[in-house]
Amino acid sequence: MRTQISTKDQVHTRPSPGLDQFFSTLATHPTALLDLAGVSQANLMFITGLGHRIYSDDIVRALEMAFGEGDDFFANQGDPLRMEQFMNSTLDFQVNAFGGALLWDTLQFLAPNLLQQTLDQLFHILEPGSSLLAYFHSEERSPTAPVYSYRIVDQKTVQLISKNKRRQAQFFNNRAIEKLFQRFSSVKFFLSRDHLREVIVKR
Amino acid sequence: MSTPPIRMPEPYNDLTRGTASLGKSVLVKGQILSREDLTIDGEVEGTVELQDSRLTVGPNGKVTANIKAREVVVLGTVNGNLDVSDKIDIRKEARVVGDIKSARVVIEDGAYFKGSVDIIKVEPPRAPKQQPAPPPPAPPVAQAAVAPTGPNDHKR
Repeated sequence: MRTQISTKDQVHTRPSPGLDQFFSTLATHPTALLDLAGVSQANLMFITGLGHRIYSDDIVRALEMAFGEGDDFFANQGDPLRMEQFMNSTLDFQVNAFGGALLWDTLQFLAPNLLQQTLDQLFHILEPGSSLLAYFHSEERSPTAPVYSYRIVDQKTVQLISKNKRRQAQFFNNRAIEKLFQRFSSVKFFLSRDHLREVIVKR
Repeated sequence: MSTPPIRMPEPYNDLTRGTASLGKSVLVKGQILSREDLTIDGEVEGTVELQDSRLTVGPNGKVTANIKAREVVVLGTVNGNLDVSDKIDIRKEARVVGDIKSARVVIEDGAYFKGSVDIIKVEPPRAPKQQPAPPPPAPPVAQAAVAPTGPNDHKR
């Protein structure tokens, strides 16, 4: 299911217009931000340096703990009991608890039913008018996608550190992404030169 | 005749400066209060409070407790909230689930952390106020001046 990645691919720094937009539209008063790609010193320093509070979790690791790492990873995501345990342990927050969320590319590792529950819960815990940043891999033919750690270098730049590769639950084109966030008030796409499509979604 | 200065015996000095430790086969359920540095390599369930001291959770340590200390270093597992006045250092093999409040946080790559981080702003120590020079002696007056008072006196 997971494949190790060669060392030469491990670190890649790129501009991120989506990240820039995310922080530009963030509330000026201190707020709480959700970061779902695992903790890093860089993100911690950047976000708390702006005066915000960070809530960090590694959702891919949480998925592996809840549904296993084997071939039945996606099949297990359909188990109602495991789904409930995952939702209770991962995104169990109060209504409007966060002023923004950095989802990075985590959504593409969720099977459709669990993905829908996750988005419903994100809608519930994000303040109205707040934004979330999501990345989607745009290589339709590739059966697997790299799993990255995302490190904020500055407001416009992000560093991607490959951890391994994992099969995606499904491929998302622009239409599929719009449909995914139909409950939210707007979806904005950003062009990029590499294999990542950036999206800012307004709650 | 002068008396020689009193010297603490060496072992006593070591004891007062030393670090208390709980070994990996120790299980403690309850409240731990310490005025000296503490290393936990065993299992603790309850609360841990170190006044102005450092707590180290060793690689075998498993602490299920709210922690209050000056400094915390985690190499093992912590489930609980950490209220740290100076610095928390989460090493790469560590696993921490809980909310952190600290002036400084260092998290190594590879560490697992789930929770919120609040950075406490440390106020720089205030410079002591200089005492104003005593006023020169006032010339004697026949009647003391009375300052006007009113509801807007606090406004400038």
